[in-house]
Amino acid sequence: MRRSTPLVLTGALLVLGLTCLLSLMVGARTVSPSTVVEALRAYDDSLTDHVVVHSRLLRTLAGIAVGGALAVAGAAMQGMTRNPLADPGILGINAGATTAVVLGVYLADASRVVELMGLALLGAALGTVAVYAVASLGREGATPVKLALTGAALTAGLGSVVNALVMIDDSSLDRLRFWQVGTLGARSLADISGVAALMAVGAVVILLTTGVLNALALGDDAAVGLGVKVGRARALLGTAVILLCGAAVALAGPIGFLGLVVPHAARLLLGGDYRRIVPLCLLGGPVLLLLADTAGRVIAPPAEVQVGVMTALVGVPVFIVLIRSRRQVGL
Amino acid sequence: MSAAAAPASRARTPRSRRALLVATAAGPLLLALIAVRVLVGTPMVPLDLAVRALSGEDIPGYSFIVMDLRLPTAVVALLAGVAFGLSGTVFQTLLRNPLASPDVIGVTLGSSAGAVIAMAFFQADGRTLFWCALLGGLATAALLLAVAGMGGPGSSGGADNRFVLVGIGVAAALGALISYLLTRLSLQSAGDALHWMIGSLSSSTWDRAAVLAGALVVLIPVLALLVTRLRILQLGDDTATSLGLPVPRTRVALILVAVTLSALTVAVTGPLSFVAFLAGPIAQRLAGRPSFPLAAAVGAVIVLLADIAGQNLFGGTELPAGVVTGALGAPFLMWMLIRTPTSGSGR
Repeated sequence: MRRSTPLVLTGALLVLGLTCLLSLMVGARTVSPSTVVEALRAYDDSLTDHVVVHSRLLRTLAGIAVGGALAVAGAAMQGMTRNPLADPGILGINAGATTAVVLGVYLADASRVVELMGLALLGAALGTVAVYAVASLGREGATPVKLALTGAALTAGLGSVVNALVMIDDSSLDRLRFWQVGTLGARSLADISGVAALMAVGAVVILLTTGVLNALALGDDAAVGLGVKVGRARALLGTAVILLCGAAVALAGPIGFLGLVVPHAARLLLGGDYRRIVPLCLLGGPVLLLLADTAGRVIAPPAEVQVGVMTALVGVPVFIVLIRSRRQVGL
Repeated sequence: MSAAAAPASRARTPRSRRALLVATAAGPLLLALIAVRVLVGTPMVPLDLAVRALSGEDIPGYSFIVMDLRLPTAVVALLAGVAFGLSGTVFQTLLRNPLASPDVIGVTLGSSAGAVIAMAFFQADGRTLFWCALLGGLATAALLLAVAGMGGPGSSGGADNRFVLVGIGVAAALGALISYLLTRLSLQSAGDALHWMIGSLSSSTWDRAAVLAGALVVLIPVLALLVTRLRILQLGDDTATSLGLPVPRTRVALILVAVTLSALTVAVTGPLSFVAFLAGPIAQRLAGRPSFPLAAAVGAVIVLLADIAGQNLFGGTELPAGVVTGALGAPFLMWMLIRTPTSGSGR
């Protein structure tokens, strides 16, 4: 199934362009492509269509940042833990970030994106460390199944803590129920650029270490044989993953399954080399997220189905197919 | 059930004596907990007044508290604990995985989704809510069975972990669905839905106790019949087949009974998280071997204790039992994961 990498990447870039256009055009009020181009070239805020495009532009930018971050983080997690089920949602990272944000909102009335981002990063880090630590204890170490189960356990446990907190306080509930579904809407350019800078750092680190990722994916012994300092490489990649996931959660709320699905799709197209997979994820993640977001705008009018719900809708069947085809997954 | 199934030659080993001892202690302990639940709280009920109220005498104030508020709550707690304990232990034994309890694999979330859908679209409460929660749990289990291929031939091999993992995926999807539905409700209804989803005994009535009791009267004998087959199933699928056991059908029947037990209970009390998960392993540690009656008793003790704690330990605020079980259950789950070798790579 392997295809020429430059060809696939160029194709992905084209698809991403089309997806962005679609994301700018489609919604409760559909705008023609020519109007979109006009609005981008000569923005006129007296024209409603231009305002629509402008607000969708922010949303699209947020989608590109979050989609790329989650997909790249998913690929890195799958490689470094050798776990085909790795995903920020499954491994408890989202749960950690969510709990931290809920605590912040409840205890300190946090609402600015910077505050949420700090909290989400801290929670993501704690969640990751907790899941990995718990899964590594015990006899066989951190097997894929054990990691997934630990993540589920942490998610369930933190979920009841969050529910209890939110139940006491109506205003937290009101903010959180909208945050928890994951949405790209209602962000300012300043918010997006601040978060995107963090994501860029994480993504660059991973892009530069794809060779190490390849070695780690072969197993620790092989990696050591290839001269990789395993512990240090894990710490570096792990930090990058936490940056990416925490920033994504801060910007868009917990979005699951994207980090799971996109790397697998990339692997199907280009084979198992992370030097090819990671760049494709960087382009493919935004495509899937923007498509999900755009579809969510039109699927149940007049209401909007949030993007986190849409990715779960797409992601769960893929997750199940992966589990069913056990041999390919190598659980 | 397990005591009866033990071969006569082993009947007086230290382990089974321990099981017997623990089982005899369970009855008085449960009675004591029920008494505490009825007597302790605001206001306290003096024992003699409680006894007189129980015998049918009408004592102003106290009769209502004892007969209409606290006793039905205690009874619902007892029955819910029994049902969750049994349900969890069936899953855990059948799938050979201590993590395979209905909360982890999404069955209780299915019930929650059913209930929240009922609240969101039909403004349901009471009976409709009950049926929707029940249907949600059953539908989720049917989906799991179909997707994990449990009924099919040759599904035995890695089915245990596959079933659990599929369950985790389905649970994640249901979680997203519930989050979405919560955004579609008014703030008031969202708060109500959330409160229901935590699991609480605060709205227990004699009607609800009767529903649970009726279900248990039907389901426990069915389960007792199936448990013998479960023991054969544990010898491995090949052995079980050669002994003449219809393996896939038995497995599906067991899962259906276990799901009905937990979905019914969730419909009555909401998902009291981790009770189904905790009861079996604790019972096993106490008795030194898996035991269904003991798991039922442990489940009941957990729910009663959680309810008593939630009512009395936090000053003026009454915390629902589900908050207490959730907070205590998570660390225990982690500890189990560390300790359990079977949670690893399959068999």
